[in-house]
Amino acid sequence: MVALSAFTGDAPTSLIQAGGWFLEKAWIIPALPAISFVLILFFGKRMKYKGAELGIVSIAVAFIFAVCCAGQWIGQVNNADSHVEHQKQHQEEKHLDDSHNDGDHHETLSEEIQGTYSNELELASGQDLTVFAAAEEDDGHDAVGIKPVVERFTWWESGGRTFQVGIMVDGLAVMMLFVVTAISLLVHIYSTEYVAGDRRYTHYFAFLSLFSSSMLFFVISENVLQAIVGWELVGVCSFALIGHWWEEKPNSDAALKAFLTNRVGDIGLLIGMSILFWSAGSWSIIEINNAAINHEIGHSTLLVASLCLTAAVMSKSGQFILHTWLPDAMAGPTPVSALIHAATMVVAGIYMVARLYGVFFEGYDIAGSSFNILALVGSVTLVGAGLLAFVQDDIKKVLAYSTVSQLGYMVMALGVGAWTAAVFHLFTHAFFKAGLFLGAGSVSHAVHSFDMKKSMGGMRKFMPTTYKTFVVCTIALMGLPPLAGFWSKDEILVGTGGWGMFGGTGGNGTYVFALVMGIIGAALTCAYMTRVIYLTFFGEFRGDTHGHGDPQESGKRITIPLVILAAMATGAGFLNLPVGFLSGSKSGWQERFGHYVEPVATYFPPIAHGTPSWSLAIFSTVVALIGVSAAGYYFFIKVNAQSPASTELANGLTEKNRIAKAGHTILKQKYYLDHLYTDVIANGTKGPVADAIYWTNQKGIDEAVNQVGKQTARVSTFVYEKIDQNMVDGVVNLSGRASEGLGETTRTIIQRGKIHQYAAIMFAATTILAGLLIVFV
Amino acid sequence: MLLVQFLLLSSVLFCIGIYGVLARKNGVMVLMSIELILNAVNINFVAFGTMTNNIAGEVFALFVIAIAAAEVGVGLAIILLIFRNRNSIDLSSVDSLKG
Amino acid sequence: MVAQNVFFGIIAFVMICSAFKVVTTKNVIHAALWLVVVLAGVAGQFLLLGAEFVGVTQILVYIGAVVVLLLFGVMLTKASLGEEADLNMPNRVLPAVIAALMFGVMTYALIDTFRDTELPRESVTNAAMVSDSIFADYIVPFEAVSVLLLAALIGAVVVARKE
Repeated sequence: MVALSAFTGDAPTSLIQAGGWFLEKAWIIPALPAISFVLILFFGKRMKYKGAELGIVSIAVAFIFAVCCAGQWIGQVNNADSHVEHQKQHQEEKHLDDSHNDGDHHETLSEEIQGTYSNELELASGQDLTVFAAAEEDDGHDAVGIKPVVERFTWWESGGRTFQVGIMVDGLAVMMLFVVTAISLLVHIYSTEYVAGDRRYTHYFAFLSLFSSSMLFFVISENVLQAIVGWELVGVCSFALIGHWWEEKPNSDAALKAFLTNRVGDIGLLIGMSILFWSAGSWSIIEINNAAINHEIGHSTLLVASLCLTAAVMSKSGQFILHTWLPDAMAGPTPVSALIHAATMVVAGIYMVARLYGVFFEGYDIAGSSFNILALVGSVTLVGAGLLAFVQDDIKKVLAYSTVSQLGYMVMALGVGAWTAAVFHLFTHAFFKAGLFLGAGSVSHAVHSFDMKKSMGGMRKFMPTTYKTFVVCTIALMGLPPLAGFWSKDEILVGTGGWGMFGGTGGNGTYVFALVMGIIGAALTCAYMTRVIYLTFFGEFRGDTHGHGDPQESGKRITIPLVILAAMATGAGFLNLPVGFLSGSKSGWQERFGHYVEPVATYFPPIAHGTPSWSLAIFSTVVALIGVSAAGYYFFIKVNAQSPASTELANGLTEKNRIAKAGHTILKQKYYLDHLYTDVIANGTKGPVADAIYWTNQKGIDEAVNQVGKQTARVSTFVYEKIDQNMVDGVVNLSGRASEGLGETTRTIIQRGKIHQYAAIMFAATTILAGLLIVFV
Repeated sequence: MLLVQFLLLSSVLFCIGIYGVLARKNGVMVLMSIELILNAVNINFVAFGTMTNNIAGEVFALFVIAIAAAEVGVGLAIILLIFRNRNSIDLSSVDSLKG
Repeated sequence: MVAQNVFFGIIAFVMICSAFKVVTTKNVIHAALWLVVVLAGVAGQFLLLGAEFVGVTQILVYIGAVVVLLLFGVMLTKASLGEEADLNMPNRVLPAVIAALMFGVMTYALIDTFRDTELPRESVTNAAMVSDSIFADYIVPFEAVSVLLLAALIGAVVVARKE
């Protein structure tokens, strides 16, 4: 009994039901923007501010609710902490009593009882939908269970299966509710100025509301079916908002591209979720996770499900090779890019992995291994997108690739088992990336363009507030201490666990490649962001204001959100200071974020936590500073010395070195992925293959037939006089007609619009496949 | 009674229906062949339902009947439209889908 | 059991012959009438399987409504009432081969799997059981089908109406 904490580890010692009005009524949070969507749709145009006020009020109230939820959740966890302390005192007292009268026998017995009790508790809690928040004490890991708030009711029943909707609110959900509502509120306020006077102003706010609503719905969903609904709704809203200015072809193309690329991943989502449903027998997220962690689902099933879901993550969260839609999605209004393509929608994939982490953790064997698809995809994306960001001239595209790269960080962190680090990076990234996008929007609002080389430069003189906030957010993104990005990035690097060279321990496996890629990515991030800063805010103004004088700083409704986001980008990192960073009475400030957000639960896999190391933090900071100074030297000193108005060296590396030039071209062409998709795959199946068949028919077969006919006829004419004409003629005609018939048949079967032929091919193919199935299976 | 006798009957009807769909030119005749296919499926549903003692087989047979009614309605509407535009329901002449 | 098997054999024979007539006859009206025979045979098979309600519905819906609809289609498309020469595709060998192959594959698979499976003898279901199941377990698919029927109704009107 005295060694309770030792043998239970993270398992529960007692259960407390989390409660509280706001937590139980969390469904109100997505409901508010949903109502606002309907109201704006029907009454928006007749209102004074064209419906914007409805959107802002609803999201503001939702934000207040989310803050209250967060407060109540923190209160619950604190309660649990004090409960643990209380229980410990109680036990110590009892232990004294026990040892007082024949201690040995009694203690062994009670320890046995305690052991069975604890096992039973674990079993029971597995079915009882229990989550446990860790109450980490100084002397080890004691845990007290906090059941998450799960409210559900039956949606419909069919054939004996029940489909439910409900909410599941735990630390992770509360954190996301806060992030989504906060960013959404700021974006709403920002938009009132940014899209003022737009021809579809009301429509814009309606979709912003619907988007917020569906994302919040996705976040609090209790089961995966509900999550799929939220996921798809988010995709639809993204489609509508990217194509907001659909009159211009590139914009509607970008919207279609985003939608269709996401459909590719959605197939994976549907298949993966179906596999999980049939193997776990339930749609419930908690039950699926429980089944995965308790090995009730076979390992290969979990692996296949994880792979399918990874495809969904790759499309939604813009991971290499399905990331191509995200930079194009910058065709939408900038606030939309900030909200959807930086802070909320694209992290849906990350959130889904974090929610179903039991499945991924077991499916990929994250613990104790050194490689998995998730970590690979994440780290390749991280570096690949970081390189692409160098060659973009459009400021939003640089930020888009930066987003892709940072999402790569998160996916990589999840892949190496650094769950808290990934979620924390999601949290901090949301603030500074939203700040960067809104800052870019503010600049473009002044110069009416996104091209850094042609219409920006020297903006720091004209837009001081935008400049300052942009720089703060940039430093946060670069991961320089002490801003937000540093803490979360450092934690991800710590979590890779492959850093024995830095004298640290811990982590789930030895993901050395992830660590290396992470550090390279940090240097790249620093370098390309330095380039953005120089091109946008330094040098000489290269734009043309068409005689309107110098560009003006944006109005209050744009700058205030920027300042708030910059403040968050500065401060958010302190929420999760690493263990060992502070000592004494201040050590209570360590890992607050992880403490409140990370569930220690039966539905959460037993992940190991890396121990932070000073040497790693210093090394990564030095690498980041090298990145900054290299790019800084190039731009601020060499380019600026050449001429303040120039954007690159006249005879730079790309001009001199052929390899560098080739690399530059590859990056400019975005690794030729778009060419691969449209030219090779799409046109390949549409054009050349069909053309080739047509050509084969026309030129090949027909020509052959004709030639055979012609040549034989010629020969026959030649032979006509010599040999019996009837016989030869007959053979010639027969062969000619036969081959003509063959050509005709081939041509009519394929691609000639005859539905009967299509149906015949379909049925024949089905028959053949069924036959093969019977023969070989 | 054996289960397989019903299944074989159903597969005979199904294949005759397939032949009809592929070999007939007249739109209405193709629809009739599709009805044969749907009925073959229905026999399967009911036979398997009886075998497993599960009422679901019959329920879904009823659903198939309802869907077949809808299908005939829409199918005939389409055929009427083709007839109005081309003055013939010869499906071999309907080839504007060609690539 | 013998009686049931005899009835099954007779009905199945009639059905298969009529089905052949449906897809081979040169008269559209005759094809529709042969189809009636097949559909009635299917209803008979349902009765043999103890599915009374489905059998009755089969007669009501198929023979009562669907065939009449098909005959209306024949009428509205001004098909000649007599024999027509131009009913079939020029190439009928390929469909026959495909259908035969498919039949072969299915026969092999079915016999291989269900060679000796006996059907339970006492398994008559009545309308009450079916309705209980539809309106309790399968209410959502039922509603979906009703929406589908409505959509098909509207769709048919929209597609077929004159401008």
